[in-house]
Amino acid sequence: MYATTYHRPSSVDEAAALFTKGSEAKYLAGGHTLIPVMKQRLASPSDVIDLGKIKDLIGLEVSADTVTIKTATTHHDVAASGPVQRAIPALAHLASMIGDPAVRYRGTIGGSIANNDPAADYPAAVLALGATIRTNKRSIAADDFFKGLFSTALADGEIITQVAFPIPAKAGYSKFPHPASRFALTGVFVVKTKSGDVRVAATGASQNGVMRIAAIEAALKANWSPGALDSVTIPDKGLMSDIHGSSDYRANLIKVMAQRAVAAAG
Amino acid sequence: MSTVKLTVNGKAVSADVEDRTLLVNLLRDHLNLTGTHVGCDTSQCGACVVHIDGRAVKSCTVLVGQADGSNVTTIEGISKGDELHPMQAAFRDNHGLQCGYCTPGMIMSAIDIVNRYGGKLDEDTVRHELEGNICRCTGYHNIVKSVLDAAGRMRVSQAAE
Repeated sequence: MYATTYHRPSSVDEAAALFTKGSEAKYLAGGHTLIPVMKQRLASPSDVIDLGKIKDLIGLEVSADTVTIKTATTHHDVAASGPVQRAIPALAHLASMIGDPAVRYRGTIGGSIANNDPAADYPAAVLALGATIRTNKRSIAADDFFKGLFSTALADGEIITQVAFPIPAKAGYSKFPHPASRFALTGVFVVKTKSGDVRVAATGASQNGVMRIAAIEAALKANWSPGALDSVTIPDKGLMSDIHGSSDYRANLIKVMAQRAVAAAG
Repeated sequence: MSTVKLTVNGKAVSADVEDRTLLVNLLRDHLNLTGTHVGCDTSQCGACVVHIDGRAVKSCTVLVGQADGSNVTTIEGISKGDELHPMQAAFRDNHGLQCGYCTPGMIMSAIDIVNRYGGKLDEDTVRHELEGNICRCTGYHNIVKSVLDAAGRMRVSQAAE
């Protein structure tokens, strides 16, 4: 790892001010992506600004219609939260499947979606549930947030403060985990909103990161059941093809994971 | 360089280290606590697991600054003098190790698992929960046996306190 300067601000404003002072500053939340990348010398930030100890950025709230998770809340705390388990059980389930227990104690929701790894779990929930990403500057709809591999709508120095998930009528998440890393070889999050709309998002599959699957949404809107997807064929165009699975294989996984997610959602 | 202050195994510790120092390097190279191992150095194998404020985490993926002010427990800090922690005793009695390289991390993770699940541990749960700890001797059978045995002992010792 190259030399860097570590900062631990106590407020979002202080963090944003530190960012503008550094020649090439990076925010750190749980550090479970940034630190490995720094160790590989693929990133060499002049300044590392730790958001993980800012009290305003930790915690979650559940109201009648929304689950709001602050940016530096760990995967463990989301997975173990009784209120989240009751409001959106699929979201708690997703958090409980990220990495391994030690990773879940450190990794955060804000870090996950700001990084937008194409095989990360949270982007599927954020996109399928139609969440709103709040930053220190504005609110961004999930549909406008994810911009391809490791790329988001966030401006330089902008800080995610919280993610607000509308509570759906039904939701389910199923993933085929990579056997070593537990990243999603393909994961699918299915949602039936309280107004009857259906939203489906897949992670780990597309070359451009998380994406909605229109064919599955249409079939589930007509008939919310795993069987409704039997006749759906997902084209493999634009899907990843690598040592872990061909694009054909991933296309089939999208359908199978969607069926399992619907079965889990009930 | 920065001065970090933390509590390690109950003792106040202060060290002047580069900001890029990882917690595992502070423990091993500056405090000579070499029981915590570096295996993969990529947060996958779990040989470096220690407790920070009671949570089992991979110390190869924590900057010292992140641990500043916290309470760290390593494998050296869990026994009471000559009396092994129940998890250590169970690993010894069940031959829960072969080469021993992964053992400190296994034990620190396993204590956290028992703390989280209390009496509700079964073999499937232990195997699933240990997915962040790799034993390259592949000696998982006796490791799982040790954890289940220790869960019983820890319940008894907690009940006695």
